[in-house]
Amino acid sequence: MQAFTRLSGRACPLPLTGVDTDQLIPARFMKRSRAEGYGGYLLHDLRFDAAGQPLPGFALNQPERQGAEVLVSRRNFGSGSSREAAVYALVDYGFRCVVAPSFGDIFAANAVNNGLLPAQVSDEDGEALLAALAEGARDIVVDLAEQRIILGNLSCGFAIDPVWRTKLLHGWDDIDLTLSHVQAIADFVETDRERRPWAQPGRPEGA
Amino acid sequence: MTGSASPRTLFDKVWDAHVVVQREDGQCLLWIDRHFLHEGSFHAFGKLEARGAELARPDLTFGIEDHYVPTRERDLDRIDPAIRGMIVQLRDNAGRHRLRLFGLDDPGQGIVHVVGPEQGLTLPGLTMVCGDSHTATHGAFGALAFGIGASEVAHVLMTQTLWQKRPKRLRITVDGALAPGIAAKDIALSIIAAIGADGAAGHAIEYAGSTIRALSMEGRLTLCNLSIEAGGRCGMVAPDETTLAYLRGRPYAPRDAAFDRAAADWLALASDDGAVFDREIALDAGRIAPTVTWGTSPEDALPITMTVPDPERAGDEGRAAHIREALAYMGLRPGQRLEDVAIDRVFIGSCTNSRIEDLRAAAAILAGRKARVPGLVSPGSAQVKRQAEEEGLDRIFTEAGLDWVAAGCSMCVGMNGDLVPPGERCASTTNRNFRGRQGPGARTHLMPPAMAASAAVTGRLTDMRPLMQGRG
Repeated sequence: MQAFTRLSGRACPLPLTGVDTDQLIPARFMKRSRAEGYGGYLLHDLRFDAAGQPLPGFALNQPERQGAEVLVSRRNFGSGSSREAAVYALVDYGFRCVVAPSFGDIFAANAVNNGLLPAQVSDEDGEALLAALAEGARDIVVDLAEQRIILGNLSCGFAIDPVWRTKLLHGWDDIDLTLSHVQAIADFVETDRERRPWAQPGRPEGA
Repeated sequence: MTGSASPRTLFDKVWDAHVVVQREDGQCLLWIDRHFLHEGSFHAFGKLEARGAELARPDLTFGIEDHYVPTRERDLDRIDPAIRGMIVQLRDNAGRHRLRLFGLDDPGQGIVHVVGPEQGLTLPGLTMVCGDSHTATHGAFGALAFGIGASEVAHVLMTQTLWQKRPKRLRITVDGALAPGIAAKDIALSIIAAIGADGAAGHAIEYAGSTIRALSMEGRLTLCNLSIEAGGRCGMVAPDETTLAYLRGRPYAPRDAAFDRAAADWLALASDDGAVFDREIALDAGRIAPTVTWGTSPEDALPITMTVPDPERAGDEGRAAHIREALAYMGLRPGQRLEDVAIDRVFIGSCTNSRIEDLRAAAAILAGRKARVPGLVSPGSAQVKRQAEEEGLDRIFTEAGLDWVAAGCSMCVGMNGDLVPPGERCASTTNRNFRGRQGPGARTHLMPPAMAASAAVTGRLTDMRPLMQGRG
């Protein structure tokens, strides 16, 4: 996984509340292989009309927002379905950070597992960032080590779980870490069998 | 067990019993007792294969065909090849890794969150995960159950464990008697409206109080199912006699002496007196009204007797913008009476409201009446379907003019092709009224089964209470 330390790039506003994962990628695109790239499906039904033409008023379609790597939105971003495809769509499109006052828990975990930073800001700071972007601000710095966002004259802190911060800073993958605990897992299984014999599924009659 | 003498919550007891490793930074490696997979698991199997890894515990891993299964034509040769491909892919993965699969033709097939309890795979005190956000449903039994993403699914496949941070604890206490006809769905929507769709983010919810104790297992499942719509990591109810009565004799549950031993452990999981919660919320059951949603988030819920909200009266700009956008999408205007909103169709089903009790509640309204709009009734499992047919509920639905189809996620998420056409308004017993959730341009109103049945009868959003007069 790619490490995230300090990002200097373009920001795109998405001043919507509760951008759920059904918006981030509608269910009908989820049959496809990730190898094809999910970026084209990101926010599909908000980005395109029924004929598949880009909606000019939508932020992602505006020329000055092309190449954006930071998305700034409102509270409860990524709520709903656990589909990791929502994160794949953001990452494949080119986003490396989403800034919002709150995130769906499962989305945030999925984001971190794919190197996408969920940066949580206060409601006030979130609105200030959106206002600045509405006035044309574009270049943003997101510094994970310092937990700070800089947009024009604005500078604000953001929150992230310290464990996730470490993981992102190093680009760590959980599996390798877990495999170093293989003996602890075996020991757990051994004692657990006696402690909770009922935890093992029964054998259905006739099976 | 940690042997700690201080009072603990239900959540903490289950969590503590599953900690394999606790790091200094607080991250815990948890043992996972049950892992459910559906057709969406292909990304995770891909990760497994990329590492050349084996499935750690096929005996604790169960596959279920639900998200993409057709509900009308069960012959796979006659359905959309792309949808068939999703089902075949799961079969291939289940076969390759030798795990038990509840396939389309299995008498135990159904929606994962209906099948787990039905089969006795769901038990108190277990950790249970699935790549589906509604996994919180299984918390109705006092299990610690939560939805995970594909990377985490892959991690569980490879290790039967998961790294997690201990969430905060939130107790929601509901006391008192519910008014006649008020359902678990009304309780859940009232909670979500009160605390917001992110109100329980970062928290494990325990539902407590006399109202919750009085709920059936079906009601508790509906309530815990909707925990995620309040942003909760999971939702739990302490095991009690209602729980034990449901579990006795289930295919995968312990039997005889093993059951009695388990039951003693399970009853001891209830939160200790004096256990401390990070947050507490209390609701008076007597104040809970029949509830429907008007907007595009489950928090946009109101009693059916109310009117559509006015963005000009919203507390802040974010909320006002949300209301404006939601009303534009939903085709509603501020001040409009909810009962005046005409609907185009109904859907009764989903992991939220497709169990036998839900179907009985809908049938009680529909018996001897005709639906004014088309509608789909999809039972939560093949077993629920058989039972409903034994009780004659299927005939009530079909005689009313609704379609009675097979079990699956169906029109809740539309992956199998059961879609609400663009611009149409659906009275739905599902869990998400998100834009486009039931199909591009579809407008969804969430409500309990009796309310959806009432909407079918009148052709508009309807207070079910007058239609319940003189009926069960």
